[in-house]
Amino acid sequence: MTTHENLPATTESAEAAAIEKAAAALPAHRPRRTDVDPKAARRAERQVAAMFLGSALMTVLFVVAFVAIPVDETVYIWGFGTVNASNIALGVTFGLAILLIGTGAIHWSKKLMNEKEEIQLRHPLASSDEEREAAVEAFQTYQADSGFTQRPIIRRSLLTAMVLFPIPMVVLLRDLGPLPGEVLRETLWEPGSRIVIDPTGRPVRPSDLALGGLISAMPADLPEVQEEEGNLNARAKAAIILVRMEPQEIVSQQGDNWDYGGILAFSKICTHVGCPIALYEQRTHHLLCPCHQSTFDLADSGNVVFGPAARRLPQLPITIDPEGFLVAVDGFAEPVGPSFWERGDA
Amino acid sequence: MSATVKTAGKTAGWVDDRFTSSNFLKRNIGKVFPEHWSFMLGEIALYSFIVVMLSGVYLTLFFKPSMIELAYNGSYVPLKGVKMTEAYASTLNISFDIRGGLLMRQIHHWSALFFVAAISVHLLRVFFTGAFRKPRELNWVIGVGLLTMALLAGFAGYSLPDDLLSGTGLRIAQGIVLSLPLVGTYLSFFIFGGEFPGTDFISRLYAVHILVVPGLILALLTAHLMMVWYQKHTQFPGPGRTNDNVVGYRVLPIYMAKAGGFFFVVFGVITLISGLVTINPIWLYGPYTPDQVTAGSQPDWYIGWLEGSLRMMPNVEWVIFGYTLSWNILVPAVILPGLVFTVMAIYPWIEQWATGDKREHHLLDRPRNAPVRTSLGAMAVSFYVLLWIGGGNDLIASFFDMSINTITWFLRFAIFLVPPLVFVATKRICLGLQRRDRDKLLHGMETGNILRLPHGEFIEVHAPISDEEKAVLMAKPERTPLTMPEEIDENGVAMPGARGARLRAKLSNFYYADNIPLPTREELEAAEAHLRHEVEQAAPAMEEDRRLIPAHDGSVLHDPAIDK
Repeated sequence: MTTHENLPATTESAEAAAIEKAAAALPAHRPRRTDVDPKAARRAERQVAAMFLGSALMTVLFVVAFVAIPVDETVYIWGFGTVNASNIALGVTFGLAILLIGTGAIHWSKKLMNEKEEIQLRHPLASSDEEREAAVEAFQTYQADSGFTQRPIIRRSLLTAMVLFPIPMVVLLRDLGPLPGEVLRETLWEPGSRIVIDPTGRPVRPSDLALGGLISAMPADLPEVQEEEGNLNARAKAAIILVRMEPQEIVSQQGDNWDYGGILAFSKICTHVGCPIALYEQRTHHLLCPCHQSTFDLADSGNVVFGPAARRLPQLPITIDPEGFLVAVDGFAEPVGPSFWERGDA
Repeated sequence: MSATVKTAGKTAGWVDDRFTSSNFLKRNIGKVFPEHWSFMLGEIALYSFIVVMLSGVYLTLFFKPSMIELAYNGSYVPLKGVKMTEAYASTLNISFDIRGGLLMRQIHHWSALFFVAAISVHLLRVFFTGAFRKPRELNWVIGVGLLTMALLAGFAGYSLPDDLLSGTGLRIAQGIVLSLPLVGTYLSFFIFGGEFPGTDFISRLYAVHILVVPGLILALLTAHLMMVWYQKHTQFPGPGRTNDNVVGYRVLPIYMAKAGGFFFVVFGVITLISGLVTINPIWLYGPYTPDQVTAGSQPDWYIGWLEGSLRMMPNVEWVIFGYTLSWNILVPAVILPGLVFTVMAIYPWIEQWATGDKREHHLLDRPRNAPVRTSLGAMAVSFYVLLWIGGGNDLIASFFDMSINTITWFLRFAIFLVPPLVFVATKRICLGLQRRDRDKLLHGMETGNILRLPHGEFIEVHAPISDEEKAVLMAKPERTPLTMPEEIDENGVAMPGARGARLRAKLSNFYYADNIPLPTREELEAAEAHLRHEVEQAAPAMEEDRRLIPAHDGSVLHDPAIDK
């Protein structure tokens, strides 16, 4: 049990002595100007009152500004530029109305309130040994009344019930969402999907793409899917980028002739944690993710050349259809986007 | 009796009739709180939280946590007709069509930033002064819990408007959930109601942001304050201040006026900033869509360290038996924060075990007097700052025109090399300051006055330090490391538990061995005699030089002893 040799005996006289001793050591109270000069005290009083009244005035001005200034009015203020007039007027008046109450109260306490330092004693936080023992004893007596320790069969069955009882609360959460199944491996892309420009939806001819250029694209049926489903899930997986480079600049691809005349299609979704990637450096063919700077070499199978992403960007094999528009030869050969436990190598 | 006092008395009587509250009231309005500027950091956190709550309730009246898609038809012209979720549209509405709505949104955001910042600095104050020691370990743990809840609340909050920036943050969070072994994919599907982003998430996050997390914060905060109240606040050493007393001002009136006034100051400053400085202009980002992002996307400042750790981690991923283990995400985004918060939470017990110090501590340490703790803290701060720099590596690269790869590689090494260096440097500084304190006690303060004595000797005149300063310096606790236990007892048998005890002795040595001891009583007496002698020796010369040497405050020139 804890002892308190560092704390004084808690008799009244000892306490009084301890306080007296500490008080004697305290530096002498230096009177403030307001303590000795009634003029200074009156001035401080006026200052405090002025702040409180200033606050009241600001509150009135706030209401005036609220009513008088249209919500879309802008105003030019030097140093701030063109700003919303209502916001700045409301902010300044409300802010000052609040602030002046605070400064007034603090000024009052610092200049005028009786500021005598006081000493109070701390007392040992632990109870005395007798009190502790008494508590333990009481607990033992009372629990014996229940028979909790004497009747193991009740105790154990109760514990079993208590351990199981939270299970429904977990089971109830089951319908929060569907099971993943295979959907993370599937995208809208399938053989023959036409590639259209995002967001215009215009189909792409190879000649639309300048050498060294990059455009964002999507499958032609994406807009319809979104309309039906009302969500962005399909878009989060199907987004691609098209880049064009000289065919001889291509070092390697994820499949034979997956380009079309130097035009390559890659998933736009980073394999790290899923940000869309579009910072392209034409000269090096490097694509950089703006979130965590994973860098992929598009001329070399989309392999990772820098950053935290562990896997290459999946490539989409493309060709042209009879009308001369770019289409997918097949869907993605591997899941797009961030890794997940069941992903494995596929 | 004035009317105010009469009314107060009547109210107190009404309450006392029902709750026997007079004694309680008397005790608590007369409670003494010690004063120090650094004790206001926790207050700032508390007050910003109140402001967050007030402004948050206002925002719930107008914000619609719904992912139903609609075409925007408000008064912000650049986005007219653009398809977006109702959440984003209602946030635009608050910003452009509701009078004072933008102000309240900005107050909410600014006060949230203040809240986390104040908690962080408050935590550093508590750590570096050793305020977490017995009997306040539990309150330290609650504080760590409050910090994590504050981070969670902040992240959930800025993810709600469903603008492009917040959606990008959520995408990253979902990528992190996906990386969890075994359960990640399922967890992600349950959280988002299917695939990302789905149409359920904003309304679910809303419940977390306005009910679950603030509820927990309120509960923890109440416990935090009740413990402070019950155990009484710690105080810094000074004249008259001991481990057994509290020296300060009573709750009524000084503390009430100052703390109450300070609430209005914090509230007022946040409101002024919110009126003058734009924060999170979501209308510039546009609605969220998973295939767009802007360069230079940054989370709020308190998430920056995790963003940095994600950016710095090399790309390690394993595939074992057909399952993917993404160390490149797990290490920086799950294991690292888990370790940081766990070590932080159990630190009071680590130090207690290592030093064998189980006493109650109510007198705060000056950081220099606990050099190893201070250095560990400085080391942790440098670790955090490096991660934080990592979170802004793209901005640094573009601002200073540097290679982002070089910055990242530098940080990958620096994160292991810099913190130990900071530890060593901080410890040297602490020990240096301890030596200086000892010098001050033994030799007084240097005055800068050089005197030539009649026989030609030059001496520098020292001034005795003030009683206040002396009390502070003399309050330095004596700390002796545990002694190394014997491995084998007198019968030549190996002692049970000797290894643990030896480790403990080594750790306690690590904590305490280098401390500079306080001067002994004899040393102090000898030093005082010497100082008196010096002053006596100097006195005639000083008298002579008084016309020539400009007087400096606090020097012996002003010492009344000389004038005699």
